[in-house]
Amino acid sequence: MSERTLYDKIWDSHIVTRLESGQYQLFIGLHLIHEVTTPQAFAALKEHGSKVAFPGRTVATADHITPTLSQIRPFKDDQAEAMMSALEQNVDEFGVRFLNWDSGMQGIVHVVGPELGLSQPGMTIACGDSHTSTHGAVGSLGFGIGTTEVGFVLETQTIVLNRLKVHRVAVDGELGPGVFAKDVILRIIHDLGIKGGLGNAYEYAGEVIGNMTMEERMTVCNMSIEGGARIGYVNPDETTYAYLEGREFSPKGGDFDRAKVYWKSIASEPDAVYDRETVIDGGTIEPMVTWGINPGHSIGISEKLPSPDSFTGEDVKTAELGYAHMALKPGDAIAGTKIEVAFLGSCTNSRLSDLREGARIIKGNKVHSKVKMLVVPGSQRIKAQAEEEGLHEIFLEAGAEWRAAGCSMCLGMNEDKLVGTERSISTSNRNFIGRQGSPHGRTHLGSPAMVVASAIEGCLANPAEMTGD
Amino acid sequence: MSDEIRRISGRALPFPGDDIDTDRITPARFLTALTFTGMEKALFCDERENTPDHPIDNPDYKGANILFVGKNFGSGSSREHAPQAIKRFGIEVIVGVSFAEIFAGNSLAIGMPLMTAPPEEIHRLITHTQKNPKTKYTADLESLTLSWGEESVAVEMLEERRQSFLKGNWNVVAILRTNLPLVREVAEKLPYVNNFQS
Repeated sequence: MSERTLYDKIWDSHIVTRLESGQYQLFIGLHLIHEVTTPQAFAALKEHGSKVAFPGRTVATADHITPTLSQIRPFKDDQAEAMMSALEQNVDEFGVRFLNWDSGMQGIVHVVGPELGLSQPGMTIACGDSHTSTHGAVGSLGFGIGTTEVGFVLETQTIVLNRLKVHRVAVDGELGPGVFAKDVILRIIHDLGIKGGLGNAYEYAGEVIGNMTMEERMTVCNMSIEGGARIGYVNPDETTYAYLEGREFSPKGGDFDRAKVYWKSIASEPDAVYDRETVIDGGTIEPMVTWGINPGHSIGISEKLPSPDSFTGEDVKTAELGYAHMALKPGDAIAGTKIEVAFLGSCTNSRLSDLREGARIIKGNKVHSKVKMLVVPGSQRIKAQAEEEGLHEIFLEAGAEWRAAGCSMCLGMNEDKLVGTERSISTSNRNFIGRQGSPHGRTHLGSPAMVVASAIEGCLANPAEMTGD
Repeated sequence: MSDEIRRISGRALPFPGDDIDTDRITPARFLTALTFTGMEKALFCDERENTPDHPIDNPDYKGANILFVGKNFGSGSSREHAPQAIKRFGIEVIVGVSFAEIFAGNSLAIGMPLMTAPPEEIHRLITHTQKNPKTKYTADLESLTLSWGEESVAVEMLEERRQSFLKGNWNVVAILRTNLPLVREVAEKLPYVNNFQS
């Protein structure tokens, strides 16, 4: 069992009690909610005649079904409008803060949490979305939960959990050109497998992670769940504190100094004990791209597609299904595969640094005539800042669409969907069958740089070979 | 107590394959519903449309209440719509090689036990059911066995989750609510709850 890790420290200080079953009831420091996974939870609350136990510890925003073309109400889609109205009624009735459009703080829940300083080191954070692992980037424990559990948090500010094991994943050395945080996490998932993290928390460490900005760490932690790990985190350090200082909901003045003392105290100790440790040499990581139907089906952009026989057991069948769905052939090169859609956005890669990198490469170039490109900032704030820097003009000039904040084409739940057998390169997190809204749609995942390079070329392309302007 | 779950008997629906993600189980467009009522209609609906012999539609398995699955079942999105659709379809227990963490938590929260067995045993169960769809199985949470006729397979459950079903307290919200005074005590000790004033 792990000892003296950040996970152990936060876990221990948040235990309310051990239940008769042997499971733990854990206090949740911050509960983030959105329109999709909450209506049934609020309905249960009403049925029980209960109130929200800690209304100040739940914050709502809207992202999943939110259209990104026009956010003028009522929404064009009746179901989306009904869902949004339900959220508005619920937050009003129960006194929950709602980061709506008028607040100027609306955005993807895992983007706005850290951006506003709501997500802080040492907290337990829960949200009815599996990518809550993102918040581990600030040194918190972020748990993705289901709707019944959202109800538990509303009613009692707690959830019921079993203790996880802690697996330290160190990425050492230096990253090569064209290699980004997205490639690092795709490589980790590739090496450890999509089931490798079951029952585990991933602690990301090593020089590469230590040298990353907060936004890059968010990209890494975001996809922990794609490796089967419910949570992933990075120990807080000077990068973390500098990021948090001055944000909307960060502690101010003397509080900030005292907060820093607490934040430092919850980091893993040098002599911490882990259940498992893995080291990856960052210098060996290539720009990664997925070829199949789960995020573990990935290769370096210069590699050839693997034979299904290189897998074992049921994974052979999954690989075969992957090839059939994606209409690709083992042994072929992945680079050069024609694409029709390029998507830059989602809770994985829609932050300012992602947009800046995309704009840097696309500047002076054009989106290929056969490609539709969507650029979807993660929050209203990011959109405003990007526009101040003129990034939107660069994208529009190149022929890309510039949208409003939301989950967009990550998950076919709003107007932005693949059609028929369209093939996309996306900065999002899942290439599951049907994920982008068409049962026959084909999704490749890659970094923002790869998405832009591919949008220009009209096919999957190596960003390391694109110099930008 | 009415919430106790000790054993479940019935026929099985074999669903081979690993890494069946929740996007496949319940496609995202069904998440715009404001209630879980009728969610069973979403169950694997996209792939059923394109697969004429999909196990869910196989008349041999009609009325099954036990589901056999492979490794890492329920991976991906945290949507509770997935276990809700399975339960509302009539499944009362799932036996597989392994389950994704959030899916397992959701299944516990809605009172659907998950059992695991080694891959070779699951393979045996799946092939046996495919050949003998009328087989009546009993999934026993007390003895941790899955049995049929003279045969039996040892299954595993996370002990804490097994106890929740045996004691009938998987529907835990009332207990959590009783502990609210304790919750407040823990909150008061956390620096960030008190603006770091010690």
